[in-house]
Amino acid sequence: MQAGPKSASDPLSSDRRDAAWYVDKAVQVLVFVGGISAIILIIGIFAFILIQGVGFLASAFDLREFFGSPRWAPTSDHNTTYGALALIAGTASVTGLAMLVAVPFSLGAAIYIAEFATGRTREALKILVELLAAIPSVVWGFIGLSIMNPLIIHAFDVPVGLNVLNAGIILGLMAAPIMTTIAEDALKAVPDGYREAAEALGATRWQIVFRVVLPAARNGLVAAVLLGIGRGFGETMAVLMASGHSINLPTSPFDSVRALTATIAAELGETAVGSEHYQALFTLGCLLFLVTFVINLSADLIVRGVRRR
Amino acid sequence: MPADDTPDGTALDTPVDTLVSVEGLGIRYGSEWALRDVTLDIRRHEIFGIIGPANAGKTSFLRALNRMDEFTPSMHIEGSVVFGGRDVSSWRNVYALRRRIGVVFPLPVGLPLSVYDNVALAPRLAGVRHKDDLDEIVERCLRRAALWDEVRDRLDSLGSLLSGGQQQRLTIARALSQDPELLLLDEFSIAVDPVTTMRIEDVLKELREEITIVLVTNLVQQARRLADRTAFFLSGECVELAPTEQLFSGEVRDRRTTDYVEGRFG
Repeated sequence: MQAGPKSASDPLSSDRRDAAWYVDKAVQVLVFVGGISAIILIIGIFAFILIQGVGFLASAFDLREFFGSPRWAPTSDHNTTYGALALIAGTASVTGLAMLVAVPFSLGAAIYIAEFATGRTREALKILVELLAAIPSVVWGFIGLSIMNPLIIHAFDVPVGLNVLNAGIILGLMAAPIMTTIAEDALKAVPDGYREAAEALGATRWQIVFRVVLPAARNGLVAAVLLGIGRGFGETMAVLMASGHSINLPTSPFDSVRALTATIAAELGETAVGSEHYQALFTLGCLLFLVTFVINLSADLIVRGVRRR
Repeated sequence: MPADDTPDGTALDTPVDTLVSVEGLGIRYGSEWALRDVTLDIRRHEIFGIIGPANAGKTSFLRALNRMDEFTPSMHIEGSVVFGGRDVSSWRNVYALRRRIGVVFPLPVGLPLSVYDNVALAPRLAGVRHKDDLDEIVERCLRRAALWDEVRDRLDSLGSLLSGGQQQRLTIARALSQDPELLLLDEFSIAVDPVTTMRIEDVLKELREEITIVLVTNLVQQARRLADRTAFFLSGECVELAPTEQLFSGEVRDRRTTDYVEGRFG
């Protein structure tokens, strides 16, 4: 029960704020600032977009016209209308087709990498998929413009190859690598004990994957698809280049469309700052922000649901 | 057991009904030998105990019986394992072989399916479709695993949410769902409370009437309570195989056996 010699002689002499104490405090503050900066940025960006668009929302904004009319004509001399329906339909159709392309591709790739590939094949594939995800979107747009365009014209005998089909395929290929990576993580998170138990029951490799692993990873897979959709909604350059960029309510995959994002990118530079048109573009920005926010949030909540179990 | 048993437990005067016949079995992972030159027989309707310290090759031995080596590319098997009169390596459909051999792993694995679906999984995979048939299988297997009374009202809840002891009995029910001839248990009580362990031991005693059981255990006394014959594995070698009582009475060929069962090492 004997105390150390130093504290025994003077118990207060060791009670000093030393270097370690100050470093600890400094790191706490630094980490705290880093942590809340994400929150501040999100709120700040949303506030910025909202403030820029608020003039339009207060004056010329007509809810029925905005969501009901396909006529986006902000620069028309006699009849300016701000109907975003065609733009929303453009974004939705391209994203929808992209998911039809990306979901089977990415799920197939994720299942192969996580469940069937071994050793070097597996590692090589993972690196390649991550490389694919790093290709800049303008390069994808370039592929849509110069390769897919003539291909679609020849294959389907249509006059224009820049359309929903082109943009959907390009966007699908763009979203697939990220979705593959997330889906593979979800499959890898399924305990090996599940696979072993099913194997011992006489399940084949495919039965193990289909009956045990996929159901167990369901939430993670849904999150992967949702994040892919979020990516599709937000993608600008590739869609701008491959979709044809003309205002249309698409009735077939061969119709050219215009996306919300592409509209903002193409028109913002041409408008006077603070004008009605300028503000209307920021209102489109608000819409995009809200949609992607909701999609990402639900993906996050679904993944959390997995963790809680 | 008759007194004129030979040291390896083979009775001289009664014909022996052999279910599994292992000859010269060697297992290595890469260049590392887990098991070497094991030769033994497992008889129909006996509980065959295997005891031994860690890294003795007990689990590898079980994996060789139902060819669970397919997922471990580095695992190589030598020698022969004859199950029900046929070499297991000659099965072209390894999945059909595994359906005849139930396995219970050390840690309970309740698959993230409902209790009902956990037990019905294997029959469904094998092609049983009718609801009545599945109902009958599920109830019978859960009863045999002494779990029915606890889960009959919540067959729809997730199997992975049951307690550890219940999950281990669920695993046993699942292993029984295809009427296997052989049940392999690998240290089933490692994550189970003593009360549940005793209940499962009672279940095993009843099951002995119908199926053959290989019981790998780290609890020497568990082998003593349950096994008809017991093998002692040490460092990949089968040191001793004898009727259980003989093994515990000290009538052994190898001193290390007595040292181990009396707790002097391991």
